[in-house]
Amino acid sequence: MATIDIDRLVKAYGRTQVVHGIDLSIRDGEFVVLVGPSGCGKSTTLRMIAGLEEITGGQIRIDGRVVNELQPKDRNIAMVFQNYAIYPHMSVADNIAFGLYRAKLSKAEKRARVEQVAQTLGLTHLLDRRPSALSGGQRQRVAIGRAMVRDPAAFLFDEPLSNLDAQLRTQMRIEIKRLHHKLGTTSVFVTHDQVEAMTMADRIVVMRDGHILQVGTPLELYEKPVDVFTARFIGSPTMNLLPANLREDKAVLAGGGSVAVPRTVAPSSDILVGARPQDLVPGPATDGGLTVSGTVAVVETLGSETLVHLEEGGQTVIGSAPGRQIPAIGEHLTLHAPADRLYYFDKASEKALAAR
Amino acid sequence: MAAAQSLPALPMSKVKPGRVVAWTLLFIGGVIMVTPLLFMLSTSLKDASQVYDLRIVPAAPTLENYWQILGDGRFLRWLANSTIVALSVTVSNVFFDSLVGYTLAKFRFRGRYIVFVAILSTLMIPTEMLVLPWYLMASQFGWLDSYWGIMFPGMMTAFGTFLMKQFFEGVPDDFLEAARIDGLNEFTIWWKIALPLVTPALSALAIFTFLGNWTAFFWPLIVTTSAELYTLPVGLSSFAVEQSIQWEKIMTGASIATLPTLIIFLFLQRYIVRGVMLAGLKG
Ligand SMILES: Nc1ncnc2c1ncn2[C@@H]1O[C@H](COP(=O)(O)OP(=O)(O)OP(=O)(O)O)[C@@H](O)[C@H]1O
Ligand SMILES: [Mg+2]
Repeated sequence: MATIDIDRLVKAYGRTQVVHGIDLSIRDGEFVVLVGPSGCGKSTTLRMIAGLEEITGGQIRIDGRVVNELQPKDRNIAMVFQNYAIYPHMSVADNIAFGLYRAKLSKAEKRARVEQVAQTLGLTHLLDRRPSALSGGQRQRVAIGRAMVRDPAAFLFDEPLSNLDAQLRTQMRIEIKRLHHKLGTTSVFVTHDQVEAMTMADRIVVMRDGHILQVGTPLELYEKPVDVFTARFIGSPTMNLLPANLREDKAVLAGGGSVAVPRTVAPSSDILVGARPQDLVPGPATDGGLTVSGTVAVVETLGSETLVHLEEGGQTVIGSAPGRQIPAIGEHLTLHAPADRLYYFDKASEKALAAR
Repeated sequence: MAAAQSLPALPMSKVKPGRVVAWTLLFIGGVIMVTPLLFMLSTSLKDASQVYDLRIVPAAPTLENYWQILGDGRFLRWLANSTIVALSVTVSNVFFDSLVGYTLAKFRFRGRYIVFVAILSTLMIPTEMLVLPWYLMASQFGWLDSYWGIMFPGMMTAFGTFLMKQFFEGVPDDFLEAARIDGLNEFTIWWKIALPLVTPALSALAIFTFLGNWTAFFWPLIVTTSAELYTLPVGLSSFAVEQSIQWEKIMTGASIATLPTLIIFLFLQRYIVRGVMLAGLKG
């Protein structure tokens, strides 16, 4: 178990800087997810923590000890890779035992540890198999077993689930979460899937272009995104953003209509009003809330709810209707979102205007 | 009519004209390649008086040549020499070519590209041109007429290095990094992780190197002067020049010399075919 502290961490490849001085403190036992679009520097950051990538500037401390100059093997961390990195020429048991390569244990002790880990992961009956005779999920479990067996200070995961099909991914997500609950080992998990981030993280770190945009619990990010990027990145389907013009205490929507604006919103002439599809529903209009009318263009039936794409004045707005109440395509529909569920952003800077 | 019926019925639909042409060509090719070998074997079973009788099946087959050759200390010595040389060079190539290939494939260091191009450029120089500098080098260092003299030019090859580099490039970095995190040192990572993952290439390299050195003639002929150091091909050719040409002895020796090659082909066929395909070579 360990804390991980990152101070003004910089990574440059030659002259191109790809991580621009990020700060992050990970608490002991915390499950932190780094999330962001492709190329934002998630893997690079994780690999610097692991010691696989040289640190250009700043400092990384694991349990208070500066590890900048330490070899990966001396950092007492374990890493799970996207492609599992389990060796095809070794049995499952040998692969797991590889995690104990440097442990000063007798053969019998190692075997016992491997068996114990296999038991935890439900791999016992597969110990003598070759990886080629395993399913994707089983391979991923072996990779996790190999990381676990050493009882490291921290687990680092680099998109470990992205090669699995959707169903298995959900299942492994839960398994990793359960495992973390049981072991309580500090974990850093990289993904570009916001659902994974939301469901697994104690805290999410949203990155873009080598910067950290926001750090917070899943709910904090959902409720109080600091900018348009995070607002659109977290939550599915993405938040609707409607351009509007701020006049005193009202925002006049470009598409017509207006919404009330809380006093805390700083004055700015052009803003974006955000509404999550889940908040934009048929029903009675509320005072100061958002009202959107339009023609139903697409209907996505999910069972529990129905997503409705409304066309209104050249822009598409996504709302939702209860699962059993499926609007017809071409129908004229009016959706409402209550005032206290709306988000406000400055149009130019894309920063959030008010913490609601 | 009756004869035609007794033939196993070939489904006519499957015999395409293209196939017939291909089979015919392959058959002719096979005959052309196998006939000299048959003659070699057949001649080895004849005595000196029958050598110019060109029948494939000897009139009076005899194993006398074999007993004589195998009883001749020189032959066994040459056989041993060839074995030592071919095996040593093979082991050396498998080790060093893959070590250098791995380094070039998996490490980023200053001058990596220059080193690679330098190694590759030696592929353009034909052996015949290299023999002179090799000879000068061997004579300056006092390596003439020694095992090392025979072996040194081939202890590492640009081709093998290139082949192994290409293969190591296919080994995912994750494998090596995972091992690095687990605490293996770089040499152990190469030995325990990377090398086992390229065994097809390794076995292809080993087979080509062994066969190439087993049949090598030109350089061993130049570098050796004493008969104790002859390799088999050089030794056999010496049969041809001493006294009169003893074809039956040469053919017997050649038959014995072919044996390891045949055994290798029979047992490692699969690897050879795969290796040829991997390396994009002509056998
Ligand atoms: N060896 C390298 N040389 C130069 N640039 C690199 C190198 N490795 C990564 N980069 C660059 O660094 C940036 C961050 O890469 P990184 O792999 O950390 O992205 P990521 O967030 O993990 O993306 P993904 O979701 O696609 O894995 C990218 O723009 C990438 O092009
Ligand atoms: Mg990545």
